[in-house]
Amino acid sequence: MQDVNIKVTDRNGVEHEIVAPTDMAMNLMEVIRSYELAEEGTIGICGGMAMCASCQCYVKSDHELPEMTDDEDAMLAEAFNVEDNSRLGCQIQITPELEGLEVELAPED
Amino acid sequence: MITTDILIIGAGPTGLFTVFEAGLLKLKCHLIDALPQPGGQCSEIYPKKPIYDIPAYPEILAGDLTTNLMEQIKQFEPGFTLGERADTIEKQEDGTFVVTTNKGTKHKAPVVAIAGGLGSFEPRKPKLENITKFEDNGVEYIIKEPELYRDKNVVIAGGGDSALDWSIFLSDVAKSVTLVHRRNEFRGALDSVEKVQELKDAGKINLITPAEIKGILGEDKVTGVLIEKKGEEPFELATDHFIPLFGLSPKLGPIANWGLEIEKNAIKVNNALDYQTNIPGIYAIGDVNTYPGKLKLILCGFHEATLMCQSAFQRIFPDKKYVMKYTTVGGVEGFDGTKKEAPKAVVKAIE
Repeated sequence: MQDVNIKVTDRNGVEHEIVAPTDMAMNLMEVIRSYELAEEGTIGICGGMAMCASCQCYVKSDHELPEMTDDEDAMLAEAFNVEDNSRLGCQIQITPELEGLEVELAPED
Repeated sequence: MITTDILIIGAGPTGLFTVFEAGLLKLKCHLIDALPQPGGQCSEIYPKKPIYDIPAYPEILAGDLTTNLMEQIKQFEPGFTLGERADTIEKQEDGTFVVTTNKGTKHKAPVVAIAGGLGSFEPRKPKLENITKFEDNGVEYIIKEPELYRDKNVVIAGGGDSALDWSIFLSDVAKSVTLVHRRNEFRGALDSVEKVQELKDAGKINLITPAEIKGILGEDKVTGVLIEKKGEEPFELATDHFIPLFGLSPKLGPIANWGLEIEKNAIKVNNALDYQTNIPGIYAIGDVNTYPGKLKLILCGFHEATLMCQSAFQRIFPDKKYVMKYTTVGGVEGFDGTKKEAPKAVVKAIE
């Protein structure tokens, strides 16, 4: 088993250094929820189907991330506060390649 | 005034199944939901997606789950107040509750079961500073009365099905229809995308992409919007209506002010017994509640609904004796006069 270190800036601007497992089939949204870095009910509302944008985050490091699916792309086209580095956390699986990833949660809708 | 035994707030899977369990106890139910159709998230967010953890269904589409639940409860003739949000609750002197919706519909019941999921679905509003001032004065998030737009200039924003479908529909009604979307691509049924393309080519829909609405112009009523095309200077476009269609998102809403104990955007309940809240007679079941070890699963909501109904029965009929009966033994007697029961065994002697 290998854990990766991730830096998450929450919606209040506080930076958290967290450890995420790569062997639990977890995505970034779920990891953030497991650490309760955003209030329950304000993140992962659709459960991870890329059908809401409540887990939108800005990717601040230059990691190579999995390519966007059409679902994610379309959801981000309708979300608010979208930037060029916006991604949906639920669509980013935690893999060893993500060691050192830095993200910031987008504001709540 | 609508009266019933159990008033259920939220017509998602948990709320719908409550009707069945209540019906077995001869209790009538009425459901309120802010959405125009039953099913909650299952019909609003992901009707075409499969669910794999409904017991005895290796796979079922969320939309089919709703259809099946409606079939399962129909003999108990539930009442529905759809498209209205439960806003206020008042306890009466006789211990019953009166719940009033945002449209003023009043419901009275001795037991209220909040099965509100993540809350009521509200339109997502674009972040424009003066937008609230224009609500119902030219800004509408939901199209209720298409005639309102007859011979008017209309600007629609959004890139999903509802933005496409309403642009198509209103192109026949309104004086002009402008559709603004942040991308050149649209997400929607292929038919709708092609139809919008056709209407655009025919000059019946004015398509502006990739662009965003940056401001609303007007004194008391909308007279125009400020549109910014990517990489260009914003320009003004005169319009009578601005309709942002960015989908719906759930908000706990007015229930948060009912005096219930709230934790992590959910209602705290007694999970050792009957999922009652801190206010006796008000229960919370399904995704809307929280207790130690809570899981937001449909199957957990079904369990909670079942126990809650037993408690509701005792509350409504404190002196009645009752023991739980298996449906295989007791059958299902509907309020509509129907009865389902297990066929009797055939007994015949061998000569």
